[in-house]
Amino acid sequence: MSSGEKYVAAAYGVVFLSVLVYVVIIAAKLSRLERETAELAELARQRRRG
Amino acid sequence: MSTSSPNSSASRIPVPVIAALAAALIGLAIVLAFFVAPEDADQGISQRIFYFHVPIALTAYACFGWGAWKALRLLWKGGDRYDLESYVAIHQGTIFGALTLATGSIWAKASWGKWWVWDSNQLVLFLVLFLFYSAYFMLRFSIDDGPRRANVSAVYALFGVALIPVSFLAIRLAEDFIHPTTFNRDGPQMTGTMFFTFCVAWLAMTVLAYALYRVELLGKRLDANLRELREALA
Repeated sequence: MSSGEKYVAAAYGVVFLSVLVYVVIIAAKLSRLERETAELAELARQRRRG
Repeated sequence: MSTSSPNSSASRIPVPVIAALAAALIGLAIVLAFFVAPEDADQGISQRIFYFHVPIALTAYACFGWGAWKALRLLWKGGDRYDLESYVAIHQGTIFGALTLATGSIWAKASWGKWWVWDSNQLVLFLVLFLFYSAYFMLRFSIDDGPRRANVSAVYALFGVALIPVSFLAIRLAEDFIHPTTFNRDGPQMTGTMFFTFCVAWLAMTVLAYALYRVELLGKRLDANLRELREALA
Protein backbone atom coordinates (compact mmCIF):
# COMPACT_ATOMS: atom_id res chain seq x y z
CA MET A 1 0.00 0.00 0.00
CA SER A 2 1.47 3.38 -1.04
CA SER A 3 1.47 6.33 1.38
CA GLY A 4 -1.22 8.06 -0.76
CA GLU A 5 -3.45 5.01 -0.46
CA LYS A 6 -2.87 4.93 3.31
CA TYR A 7 -4.00 8.56 3.64
CA VAL A 8 -7.11 7.92 1.51
CA ALA A 9 -7.95 4.88 3.69
CA ALA A 10 -7.40 7.01 6.82
CA ALA A 11 -9.69 9.80 5.58
CA TYR A 12 -12.53 7.40 4.67
CA GLY A 13 -11.88 5.48 7.91
CA VAL A 14 -12.31 8.63 9.99
CA VAL A 15 -15.71 9.27 8.37
CA PHE A 16 -16.80 5.63 8.84
CA LEU A 17 -15.60 5.58 12.46
CA SER A 18 -17.45 8.81 13.25
CA VAL A 19 -20.73 7.42 11.92
CA LEU A 20 -20.09 4.23 13.92
CA VAL A 21 -19.47 6.23 17.13
CA TYR A 22 -22.69 8.16 16.46
CA VAL A 23 -24.61 4.87 16.11
CA VAL A 24 -23.12 3.63 19.42
CA ILE A 25 -24.13 6.88 21.18
CA ILE A 26 -27.68 6.65 19.77
CA ALA A 27 -27.87 2.95 20.78
CA ALA A 28 -26.83 3.86 24.35
CA LYS A 29 -29.43 6.62 24.43
CA LEU A 30 -32.14 4.25 23.14
CA SER A 31 -31.26 1.76 25.89
CA ARG A 32 -31.60 4.49 28.50
CA LEU A 33 -34.93 5.65 27.07
CA GLU A 34 -36.20 2.05 27.03
CA ARG A 35 -35.21 1.65 30.70
CA GLU A 36 -36.90 4.93 31.66
CA THR A 37 -40.06 4.00 29.73
CA ALA A 38 -40.19 0.66 31.56
CA GLU A 39 -39.82 2.47 34.91
CA LEU A 40 -42.65 4.86 34.03
CA ALA A 41 -44.86 1.99 32.86
CA GLU A 42 -44.23 0.24 36.20
CA LEU A 43 -45.07 3.47 38.05
CA ALA A 44 -48.31 3.81 36.06
CA ARG A 45 -49.23 0.16 36.84
CA GLN A 46 -48.64 0.76 40.57
CA ARG A 47 -50.83 3.86 40.43
CA ARG A 48 -53.66 1.89 38.74
CA ARG A 49 -53.51 -0.81 41.42
CA GLY A 50 -53.82 1.97 44.00
CA MET B 1 -42.38 22.26 26.80
CA SER B 2 -43.92 21.71 23.39
CA THR B 3 -42.32 18.74 21.70
CA SER B 4 -44.64 18.35 18.75
CA SER B 5 -42.95 17.29 15.55
CA PRO B 6 -43.07 19.48 12.44
CA ASN B 7 -45.53 18.72 9.66
CA SER B 8 -43.49 19.59 6.57
CA SER B 9 -43.50 17.08 3.70
CA ALA B 10 -39.85 16.11 4.32
CA SER B 11 -40.51 15.39 7.99
CA ARG B 12 -43.28 12.95 7.03
CA ILE B 13 -40.74 10.60 5.43
CA PRO B 14 -39.98 7.84 7.99
CA VAL B 15 -36.47 7.99 9.47
CA PRO B 16 -35.59 4.37 8.47
CA VAL B 17 -36.32 5.26 4.82
CA ILE B 18 -34.00 8.30 5.01
CA ALA B 19 -31.29 6.26 6.77
CA ALA B 20 -31.55 3.47 4.15
CA LEU B 21 -31.35 6.05 1.35
CA ALA B 22 -28.26 7.61 2.99
CA ALA B 23 -26.58 4.18 3.29
CA ALA B 24 -27.36 3.35 -0.37
CA LEU B 25 -26.07 6.72 -1.60
CA ILE B 26 -22.87 6.47 0.47
CA GLY B 27 -22.27 2.97 -0.94
CA LEU B 28 -22.82 4.28 -4.47
CA ALA B 29 -20.54 7.27 -3.84
CA ILE B 30 -17.73 4.98 -2.59
CA VAL B 31 -18.07 2.71 -5.65
CA LEU B 32 -18.03 5.74 -7.98
CA ALA B 33 -15.08 7.38 -6.15
CA PHE B 34 -12.87 4.28 -6.20
CA PHE B 35 -13.93 2.29 -9.29
CA VAL B 36 -15.50 4.71 -11.79
CA ALA B 37 -13.95 8.18 -11.42
CA PRO B 38 -10.56 8.50 -13.12
CA GLU B 39 -7.42 9.24 -11.11
CA ASP B 40 -6.47 12.91 -10.99
CA ALA B 41 -3.37 13.65 -13.09
CA ASP B 42 -1.91 16.16 -10.59
CA GLN B 43 -2.82 14.83 -7.17
CA GLY B 44 -3.03 11.10 -7.84
CA ILE B 45 -5.02 8.90 -5.45
CA SER B 46 -5.13 11.48 -2.63
CA GLN B 47 -7.60 13.51 -4.74
CA ARG B 48 -10.21 10.80 -3.93
CA ILE B 49 -10.40 12.25 -0.41
CA PHE B 50 -12.09 15.28 -1.98
CA TYR B 51 -15.18 13.25 -2.95
CA PHE B 52 -16.04 13.10 0.75
CA HIS B 53 -14.12 16.07 2.15
CA VAL B 54 -15.80 18.79 0.04
CA PRO B 55 -19.39 17.41 0.38
CA ILE B 56 -18.84 17.09 4.17
CA ALA B 57 -17.71 20.75 4.31
CA LEU B 58 -20.71 21.89 2.22
CA THR B 59 -23.02 19.84 4.47
CA ALA B 60 -21.52 21.52 7.55
CA TYR B 61 -22.29 24.94 6.01
CA ALA B 62 -25.83 23.75 5.21
CA CYS B 63 -26.37 22.54 8.79
CA PHE B 64 -25.16 25.85 10.25
CA GLY B 65 -27.41 27.68 7.78
CA TRP B 66 -30.36 25.46 8.70
CA GLY B 67 -29.67 26.10 12.39
CA ALA B 68 -29.64 29.86 11.75
CA TRP B 69 -32.91 29.64 9.79
CA LYS B 70 -34.56 27.81 12.69
CA ALA B 71 -33.09 30.38 15.09
CA LEU B 72 -34.59 33.18 12.99
CA ARG B 73 -37.99 31.47 13.08
CA LEU B 74 -37.69 31.14 16.86
CA LEU B 75 -37.00 34.85 17.27
CA TRP B 76 -39.71 35.70 14.76
CA LYS B 77 -42.52 33.34 15.79
CA GLY B 78 -41.37 31.87 19.11
CA GLY B 79 -41.79 28.23 20.17
CA ASP B 80 -39.59 25.61 21.81
CA ARG B 81 -39.71 23.51 18.68
CA TYR B 82 -37.46 25.89 16.74
CA ASP B 83 -34.97 26.14 19.60
CA LEU B 84 -34.52 22.36 19.65
CA GLU B 85 -34.31 22.17 15.84
CA SER B 86 -31.74 24.98 15.71
CA TYR B 87 -29.65 23.31 18.44
CA VAL B 88 -29.71 19.90 16.71
CA ALA B 89 -28.83 21.42 13.31
CA ILE B 90 -25.84 23.26 14.82
CA HIS B 91 -24.79 20.08 16.62
CA GLN B 92 -24.82 18.23 13.28
CA GLY B 93 -22.93 21.11 11.66
CA THR B 94 -20.24 20.89 14.34
CA ILE B 95 -19.87 17.13 13.80
CA PHE B 96 -19.55 17.64 10.04
CA GLY B 97 -17.21 20.58 10.67
CA ALA B 98 -14.92 18.38 12.76
CA LEU B 99 -14.97 15.77 9.99
CA THR B 100 -14.09 18.48 7.43
CA LEU B 101 -11.05 19.49 9.49
CA ALA B 102 -10.01 15.86 10.03
CA THR B 103 -10.32 14.76 6.38
CA GLY B 104 -8.79 18.06 5.19
CA SER B 105 -5.80 17.58 7.48
CA ILE B 106 -5.24 14.05 6.19
CA TRP B 107 -5.39 15.34 2.61
CA ALA B 108 -2.97 18.18 3.50
CA LYS B 109 -0.50 15.68 4.94
CA ALA B 110 -0.77 13.55 1.80
CA SER B 111 -0.37 16.49 -0.60
CA TRP B 112 1.65 19.15 1.24
CA GLY B 113 3.44 16.97 3.79
CA LYS B 114 1.93 19.06 6.61
CA TRP B 115 -1.19 18.44 8.73
CA TRP B 116 -2.08 22.14 8.79
CA VAL B 117 -1.07 25.28 6.89
CA TRP B 118 -1.74 28.60 8.61
CA ASP B 119 -1.16 30.58 5.35
CA SER B 120 -4.37 29.31 3.79
CA ASN B 121 -7.25 31.73 4.45
CA GLN B 122 -9.89 29.12 3.75
CA LEU B 123 -8.46 26.68 6.30
CA VAL B 124 -8.11 29.31 9.01
CA LEU B 125 -11.58 30.78 8.35
CA PHE B 126 -13.16 27.34 8.47
CA LEU B 127 -11.39 26.74 11.80
CA VAL B 128 -12.74 30.08 13.07
CA LEU B 129 -16.26 29.07 11.96
CA PHE B 130 -15.88 25.68 13.66
CA LEU B 131 -14.61 27.22 16.91
CA PHE B 132 -17.38 29.83 16.83
CA TYR B 133 -20.03 27.11 16.67
CA SER B 134 -18.18 25.01 19.27
CA ALA B 135 -18.50 27.99 21.63
CA TYR B 136 -22.28 27.95 20.94
CA PHE B 137 -22.56 24.87 23.19
CA MET B 138 -20.57 26.51 26.00
CA LEU B 139 -22.86 29.54 25.83
CA ARG B 140 -26.03 27.46 25.61
CA PHE B 141 -25.24 25.21 28.56
CA SER B 142 -24.06 28.09 30.73
CA ILE B 143 -27.66 29.42 30.81
CA ASP B 144 -30.55 27.71 32.63
CA ASP B 145 -33.16 26.02 30.46
CA GLY B 146 -35.92 28.42 29.42
CA PRO B 147 -36.84 31.23 26.99
CA ARG B 148 -33.68 33.25 27.82
CA ARG B 149 -31.41 30.35 26.82
CA ALA B 150 -33.42 29.82 23.62
CA ASN B 151 -33.24 33.50 22.64
CA VAL B 152 -29.52 33.96 23.44
CA SER B 153 -28.66 30.75 21.55
CA ALA B 154 -30.76 31.88 18.57
CA VAL B 155 -29.03 35.27 18.38
CA TYR B 156 -25.60 33.57 18.57
CA ALA B 157 -26.58 31.11 15.83
CA LEU B 158 -27.67 33.99 13.61
CA PHE B 159 -24.37 35.85 14.11
CA GLY B 160 -22.44 32.73 13.13
CA VAL B 161 -24.20 32.38 9.81
CA ALA B 162 -22.47 35.59 8.64
CA LEU B 163 -19.17 33.69 8.78
CA ILE B 164 -20.36 31.09 6.25
CA PRO B 165 -20.12 33.25 3.07
CA VAL B 166 -16.83 34.71 4.36
CA SER B 167 -15.41 31.22 4.85
CA PHE B 168 -16.82 29.98 1.52
CA LEU B 169 -15.64 32.94 -0.53
CA ALA B 170 -12.33 33.49 1.29
CA ILE B 171 -10.31 31.48 -1.20
CA ARG B 172 -11.77 33.44 -4.13
CA LEU B 173 -11.60 36.88 -2.54
CA ALA B 174 -8.04 36.50 -1.24
CA GLU B 175 -6.79 34.65 -4.35
CA ASP B 176 -5.54 31.91 -2.10
CA PHE B 177 -3.73 29.49 -4.38
CA ILE B 178 -2.73 27.03 -1.66
CA HIS B 179 -6.09 25.36 -1.14
CA PRO B 180 -7.52 23.84 -4.35
CA THR B 181 -10.92 25.07 -5.63
CA THR B 182 -13.65 22.66 -6.68
CA PHE B 183 -15.67 25.41 -8.38
CA ASN B 184 -14.58 28.69 -9.91
CA ARG B 185 -16.04 31.17 -12.43
CA ASP B 186 -15.53 28.61 -15.23
CA GLY B 187 -17.59 25.96 -13.41
CA PRO B 188 -16.51 22.69 -11.77
CA GLN B 189 -12.78 22.00 -12.01
CA MET B 190 -13.13 18.30 -12.88
CA THR B 191 -14.21 15.92 -15.63
CA GLY B 192 -17.83 14.83 -16.15
CA THR B 193 -17.42 11.49 -14.30
CA MET B 194 -15.60 13.19 -11.44
CA PHE B 195 -18.33 15.81 -11.19
CA PHE B 196 -21.06 13.15 -11.20
CA THR B 197 -19.23 11.28 -8.41
CA PHE B 198 -18.88 14.52 -6.48
CA CYS B 199 -22.64 15.26 -6.86
CA VAL B 200 -23.61 11.74 -5.67
CA ALA B 201 -21.25 12.09 -2.66
CA TRP B 202 -22.71 15.53 -1.92
CA LEU B 203 -26.27 14.16 -2.04
CA ALA B 204 -25.18 11.20 0.13
CA MET B 205 -23.70 13.48 2.80
CA THR B 206 -26.76 15.77 2.76
CA VAL B 207 -29.13 12.80 3.19
CA LEU B 208 -26.86 11.35 5.92
CA ALA B 209 -26.89 14.68 7.77
CA TYR B 210 -30.68 14.86 7.47
CA ALA B 211 -31.02 11.27 8.76
CA LEU B 212 -28.78 12.05 11.76
CA TYR B 213 -30.67 15.31 12.34
CA ARG B 214 -34.00 13.49 12.42
CA VAL B 215 -32.65 10.69 14.68
CA GLU B 216 -31.21 13.20 17.16
CA LEU B 217 -34.40 15.26 17.08
CA LEU B 218 -36.48 12.13 17.75
CA GLY B 219 -34.28 11.23 20.72
CA LYS B 220 -34.46 14.73 22.19
CA ARG B 221 -38.26 14.89 21.80
CA LEU B 222 -38.67 11.44 23.34
CA ASP B 223 -36.46 12.52 26.22
CA ALA B 224 -38.55 15.67 26.81
CA ASN B 225 -41.83 13.73 26.63
CA LEU B 226 -40.55 11.16 29.14
CA ARG B 227 -39.43 13.92 31.50
CA GLU B 228 -42.89 15.48 31.30
CA LEU B 229 -44.53 12.10 31.92
CA ARG B 230 -42.27 11.46 34.90
CA GLU B 231 -43.20 14.83 36.40
CA ALA B 232 -46.93 14.10 35.84
CA LEU B 233 -46.67 10.70 37.50
CA ALA B 234 -44.51 11.84 40.42
